[in-house]
Amino acid sequence: MSVGRADCAALLISLLLAFPDTGAAVSLDMREGATDMSKRILALHHMSLTVCVVVGIVVFGAMFYSMWAHRRSRRPEPAHFHENTRLEFIWTLVPALILVGMAIPATATLIELEDNSDPDLTVLVTGSQWKWHYQYVEAGFGYYSRSATPRQQIENAAAKGEHYLLEVDRPLVLPTDKKVRILTTSQDVIHSWWVPDFAVKQDAVPGFINEAWTRVAKPGVYRGQCAELCGKDHAFMAIVVEVRPAAEFDRWLARERQRLAAASQEAVAARNKQWTIEELIPQGQQVFIEHCATCHERDGKGQQGRYPALSGSRIVNGRIEDHLNRVMNGKAGTEMQAWAPQLSDVELAAVLTYERNSWSNHTGDVIQPKVVYEAR
Amino acid sequence: MSTRRHTIALLALAVGMFGFAFTLVPMYRTFCEWTGLNGRAALRAGAAPAAVPEEREVTVQFLAQVANGLPWEFRPVEAQMRVRLGAIATTRFYVRNRARIAVTGQAVPSIAPSTAATHLTKLECFCFSQQRLNAGAAREMPVRFYVDKDLPRQVRTLTLSYTLFQVPDAVRGEAGS
Amino acid sequence: MHTHVEHATARNPFIAFAARWLLTTNHKEIGTLYLWFSFTMFFVAGAMAMVIRAELFQPGLQLVEPNFYNQMVTLHGLIMVFGAVMPAFVGLANWMIPMMIGAPDMALPRINNFSFWVLPFAFTMLLSSLAMEGGAPNFGWTFYAPLSTTYGPPSTDYFVFGVHLMGISSVLGAINIIVTILNLRAPGMKLMQMPLFVWTWLVTAFLLIMAMPVLAGAVTMVLTDRHFGTSFFQAAGGGDPVMFQHIFWFFGHPEVYIMILPGFGIASQVIPTFARKPLFGYRSMVYAVMAIAFLSFVVWGHHMFTTGMPLGAELLFMYTTMAIAIPTGVKVFNWVATLWRGSLTFETPMLFALGFVIMFTIGGFSGLMLALVPADFQYQDTFFVVAHFHYVLYPGAIFGTMAAVYYWLPKWTGNYYDERLGKIHFWAAAIGVNLTFFPMHFAGLAGMPRRVVDYSLQFADFNRISTIGAFILGLTQLLFLYIVIKAIRGGKKATARAWEGAWGLEWTVPSPAPLHTFETPPDLARVREEEAGFGAPAGAGATLR
Repeated sequence: MSVGRADCAALLISLLLAFPDTGAAVSLDMREGATDMSKRILALHHMSLTVCVVVGIVVFGAMFYSMWAHRRSRRPEPAHFHENTRLEFIWTLVPALILVGMAIPATATLIELEDNSDPDLTVLVTGSQWKWHYQYVEAGFGYYSRSATPRQQIENAAAKGEHYLLEVDRPLVLPTDKKVRILTTSQDVIHSWWVPDFAVKQDAVPGFINEAWTRVAKPGVYRGQCAELCGKDHAFMAIVVEVRPAAEFDRWLARERQRLAAASQEAVAARNKQWTIEELIPQGQQVFIEHCATCHERDGKGQQGRYPALSGSRIVNGRIEDHLNRVMNGKAGTEMQAWAPQLSDVELAAVLTYERNSWSNHTGDVIQPKVVYEAR
Repeated sequence: MSTRRHTIALLALAVGMFGFAFTLVPMYRTFCEWTGLNGRAALRAGAAPAAVPEEREVTVQFLAQVANGLPWEFRPVEAQMRVRLGAIATTRFYVRNRARIAVTGQAVPSIAPSTAATHLTKLECFCFSQQRLNAGAAREMPVRFYVDKDLPRQVRTLTLSYTLFQVPDAVRGEAGS
Repeated sequence: MHTHVEHATARNPFIAFAARWLLTTNHKEIGTLYLWFSFTMFFVAGAMAMVIRAELFQPGLQLVEPNFYNQMVTLHGLIMVFGAVMPAFVGLANWMIPMMIGAPDMALPRINNFSFWVLPFAFTMLLSSLAMEGGAPNFGWTFYAPLSTTYGPPSTDYFVFGVHLMGISSVLGAINIIVTILNLRAPGMKLMQMPLFVWTWLVTAFLLIMAMPVLAGAVTMVLTDRHFGTSFFQAAGGGDPVMFQHIFWFFGHPEVYIMILPGFGIASQVIPTFARKPLFGYRSMVYAVMAIAFLSFVVWGHHMFTTGMPLGAELLFMYTTMAIAIPTGVKVFNWVATLWRGSLTFETPMLFALGFVIMFTIGGFSGLMLALVPADFQYQDTFFVVAHFHYVLYPGAIFGTMAAVYYWLPKWTGNYYDERLGKIHFWAAAIGVNLTFFPMHFAGLAGMPRRVVDYSLQFADFNRISTIGAFILGLTQLLFLYIVIKAIRGGKKATARAWEGAWGLEWTVPSPAPLHTFETPPDLARVREEEAGFGAPAGAGATLR
């Protein structure tokens, strides 16, 4: 027996098992992607893989041949040579030349990859625990994009959908054939915005902005994930990008801005209305489960030592003003983020009312959206 | 005895490397100021432009972020502007304190692409010092700057971003100086 | 004069036992302590790997909470690096270096005792954080700021002090090793006549002394950022989180070679023995190790290509990283040339050494691929990277250590291990390693990020295979434990020269090696004559002549 057989056997088994029960082919290669850059990187990957495989065949071939041909039962008397300057010189020089050959295309690709000039469109991507915010810089509007995979699927209480963990409520929308400059930054810890099909992976660092770019030819839906460990729900920070033909993108942009205007009119109407506790609590519960329960838990007890309990909390049972301040502006240096930019007046009023009248909290307070508006 | 000598020398090396870890901090800072990497270079007032403005124009985008815990509204008054290289431009950022108490903030600038950072010189900026806002106060803060004509040719858009952080009252006056 | 301790030891066998091991300054006993400590930590961190793999067996959350999963990921990495691999190599160095250079003991025996006994405290501190409020550190073994500073759990401070203690232990251990090698060699043994294992350790010890204090500096900055109002890594106070990564990887990359170089040394001892042929290219092997050590200080940026590095820095780090392939290639070619036209047998140490060369080379290949910056943008922070460093570290550090243990067990215990079980162990481990880590390449290429507790359905098959492999691999460690205990308790008796192709001073002392060896320095000229009498070829033996 030789070592080689074990490797081959293991490889074979893993390859065999790599085809799932359904019989559908599983790709073993890097994703080809949808941009020129992703295809060039794939070519680079193939080039370096090929070099490695060829060198591997030569080196391992020599090893396996030696293990077989020079085993003791065939060669009881070993040779005694132990140096050969010329040979050692050759196998220092040849790899160096191969490396230079690999470095040239890699350098060329890298220079293009880092050329962020002349964008048609700039999108600011802001990571925060554990969602993304997209801001169209020229158009001056933006929105949050959150994972849309239902909790039941994650907890195995429901069958997992096709795009399990790779689905969001509002995808980033981009036009085809435009050079999009992607700026990344973060509200809290370091995240990394990665869409494999664009070959864009850029760290989002709090306080600083990084840049990358992409140009997508084909309309479609492209999915990715946060690539840098960013705390508890790192695995649940999905990215979805919808690429639409340029004209359609412009129409979408116009429509979104109209919707934004309409929404602000609705908000005016909503905050001028007097809300009852019966109206606010169900909506507040929904907001709480969607946004707050990941840390503070559905039972309001938090997670000991990490996330404070809201049930019986001093702030929740204290002055409305302080409670509102904490929810709207967050707490520096903790995972408690500022919710003022993320939630509407009604949502904030509802979740505060819910928190102040749930679990062991019985303040009886009803917070009106108008109060929230005035605190903004 | 050489055992002793070697031991002492190696201990000194270890202690030296511990110190070296801390000298990496100023080294990194110098490197960043030199390359414009992390916006540090943009924290000091520069000299006025020497040469006459050029024909070449670039787009400068403005971004504003508020870190968690700071109860402020913060946004650029204009999202972007065209500036001629070498010409002084002025833009403003709007800031308002939502809290019912006075709060101090410090803005940290960042410029993308980093190769352009050393070419954007600020004559006046709210990021040079800490900003204190009384309860409910609002203000427009000017930034006067120019982009020099040595800006690399391929840069046609540059982004100036500020993140506002709360300065805890305890350390006010120490940080950011 | 009779002291209290002596009175007590005379009466109570337990106290006698404890006092012997607590107070020992004998390099062999301290080596044994290091090895058993490392083995214990290997099981602890391995159990954590089993938790990780069990959770990843299928998509969805089954066994653990995401936060606990992150703690497992963090502790698995920290304990494997600082608790399993490094103490194992220090243990081997303690046992073997004095015997290989003809020294009676380590140069600083009391410091040797101290640097071992620091470790149990360091790891008790680290592991106790699991029981603390808020849980153990959960930010990965790389503890990137600000996740570890402003956002770290309270136990982060225990982690910081634990790392300080580990650093003190390994720096003192490294100083001891260098001083021993430089001062206590048998009269007449030149540096260029030392066995390769001693050479690689000499270089490793320098890496340790230069890298570990930088890590200590990094954790100190984390501590002061957390509690003393400094802003090394916080943008708010004029710091930069990316600077943390520069400082960390300035330590981190040499650290990678600290975990590999002694493995190179072991392979360079074992392969010539079972090829019955002197090591090919001794000099170039030594120079290659030095070249790798030097380069390890100028490549740290390749861990950070996606952090927004300027183009020039990316190019520089790409080229220096690719350059590492040259000395590494020289080593692999030299091992192959050592095999060439030898007279090969495949006892367990040889199998592990060959497994090391092959799989380490595969890990080297993926390392070369990772060096290409544009491609790295796709590989970075995916399971491709996880596959890469496990292919380097499992064969390099673990297979290397196992080859060493099988190779020197007859010298330590006086008994051969059970060869049949040893072979079963090797084949099961080789299958386990490849089954665990090879599919991770595919998962990463398909787009699976690392350090995730859950993943989308397209990665399910790869993960299922990895988990099956991991549990096979886990079970083989129990077999290894059994084999080692069996060899300690008895077995075929070994002669002084336990392997017929083994040359060098450690094989001139009886098996098992008595507690004190080379109390009078060996006469190298006589050893050379004796070895020639046994048929040692030119280029092998105590003086390589």
